[in-house]
Amino acid sequence: MSILLEDVHLTYSPGTPFSADALREINLKITPNQIVAVIGHTGSGKSTLVQVMAGLQRPSSGRVLMDDFELYKKNSDRRLLRRKVGMAFQYPEHQLFEETVEKELSFGLQKQGRSIDEVHLQIRKAMGFTQLTEDMLGRSPFELSGGQMRRLAIASVIAMEPDYLILDEPTAGLDPAGRDEILAGLQAWQRETKKTVILVSHSMEDVAKLADQILVLANGKLLMSGSTREVFSRGAELQEVGLDVPQMTSLMLALRNKGWDIPPYAMTVEEAYQVICEYLGRVRP
Amino acid sequence: MNMLKGVTIGQHYPADSVIHKMDARFKIVMILLYVIALFMAAGPISYGLMIVFAISVIICSKIPLKFIIRGLRPILWIVGFTLILHTFSTQEGDLVWQWSRFSVYNGGILRGVMMGLRLILLISITSLLTLTTTPIDLTDGLEALLKPFKKIGLPAHELAMMMTIALRFVPTLIEEADKIIKAQTARGADFEEGGLIARGKSMLPILVPLFISAFRRADDLAMAMEARCYRGGENRTKMKELKSGVRDYLGVISLSLLMAIMMYFRFSKLDSWTALL
Repeated sequence: MSILLEDVHLTYSPGTPFSADALREINLKITPNQIVAVIGHTGSGKSTLVQVMAGLQRPSSGRVLMDDFELYKKNSDRRLLRRKVGMAFQYPEHQLFEETVEKELSFGLQKQGRSIDEVHLQIRKAMGFTQLTEDMLGRSPFELSGGQMRRLAIASVIAMEPDYLILDEPTAGLDPAGRDEILAGLQAWQRETKKTVILVSHSMEDVAKLADQILVLANGKLLMSGSTREVFSRGAELQEVGLDVPQMTSLMLALRNKGWDIPPYAMTVEEAYQVICEYLGRVRP
Repeated sequence: MNMLKGVTIGQHYPADSVIHKMDARFKIVMILLYVIALFMAAGPISYGLMIVFAISVIICSKIPLKFIIRGLRPILWIVGFTLILHTFSTQEGDLVWQWSRFSVYNGGILRGVMMGLRLILLISITSLLTLTTTPIDLTDGLEALLKPFKKIGLPAHELAMMMTIALRFVPTLIEEADKIIKAQTARGADFEEGGLIARGKSMLPILVPLFISAFRRADDLAMAMEARCYRGGENRTKMKELKSGVRDYLGVISLSLLMAIMMYFRFSKLDSWTALL
């Protein structure tokens, strides 16, 4: 049970002057029941990578295996794939089209051929994520606020209960409150269902708070992959490729540069506070 | 998912060639002359000349032939349809095949092939215009050509601006459509199964978001233009003036010649497709 990428290469528009290498020599494995963050600079291939994982973008070469099921093989069962993996793109609210919130949520479920009872059950479950009240089910999705539309669009993917939920910048363009709501909702959903969430993000604070594992991309190559702690303790390398580190990690790095003997990582303010207190207690008893 | 690949209409292909360097105004005139000549072409010799001319222009433009052929793919079914329609509806020449009410004459096949060729040449040469000219040059050229009609109230600048915007957004909308198709696929939509009605209905999840986004883009663009105090027409100067040179005059002269030859062949009946029968 995992997503496995073996020597994946992807070139856009090969053989034209617009030809561009989006992914190079990608080898990675994503194990289930965790939140995986994909980080990297603009144009580093993050979005392409998650689209390859979602079975939406055929790589130029290499193999992609999802639970021993080979994607992109001829005659591979697309239906089965669509049940395993769900993806919400950047600004997913732009993909809303149905007349009512309810229809929007049931769109994918009906395509999967589920029974009416099952559809209703899944809709009720997904409504929790949208934070909308039941009486909103009959409303048009276009009457909702931006944040509500975003949550509805993500909920329509969640409703299908994919084993792998892939999100491309789910919080782009939202205010801090809207961002926290979505991330908290995702975390709660993951803890409850024990599924795998893969998300592309720009915000290192969010990544530090949420992710169990991080993939770092630079120029289409996999630069690092490992647990959140492992990756952020190599903060200096991240800064070299133009990526930010969480603010507390950069504080730790700065203090280390001043000669403080402290570990190079700290994700949250509380953690940083403890580390600093502990160090000061050691040097000034 | 691959239905939108290969749409090259409105796309610019940067290269360093004589055709790319030509003045946009002259290029538009040359395309017009070529299209007139193409519709004048009446026989095998004329078509041969038109094909040779088109291919040599494509070679001069340094655009790979593969690229042009890829752009033709979307119109192939129209070509096929034309071919079939002409084959069955024209009753000239000798009967070659008959089955109950359907009959095929060799004149029909010949006419179908010629019509198909005409379409292919038309699309490849006109797509060459947008491939070798940047959208800005193209509209500047168009505006310059339409200027004389301003006297009778034709809003030349506004028309040209609308064309630029339309051309500019073709690739953007294709990209957008591609993204929406992928997104709806990820939500479980299937665009390749079912009968004609099911397939038509399955387009709805693409079309609704696409239209909404097109309107939103139009709105944003209008707002941005207004915020920068855009006013069309009067007293606007250009950063890059169009310049014409010897090659532009030579180009127009050679195309006028081509057109004259086609007209001569047609009206003197020297070259006619019926000769092949």
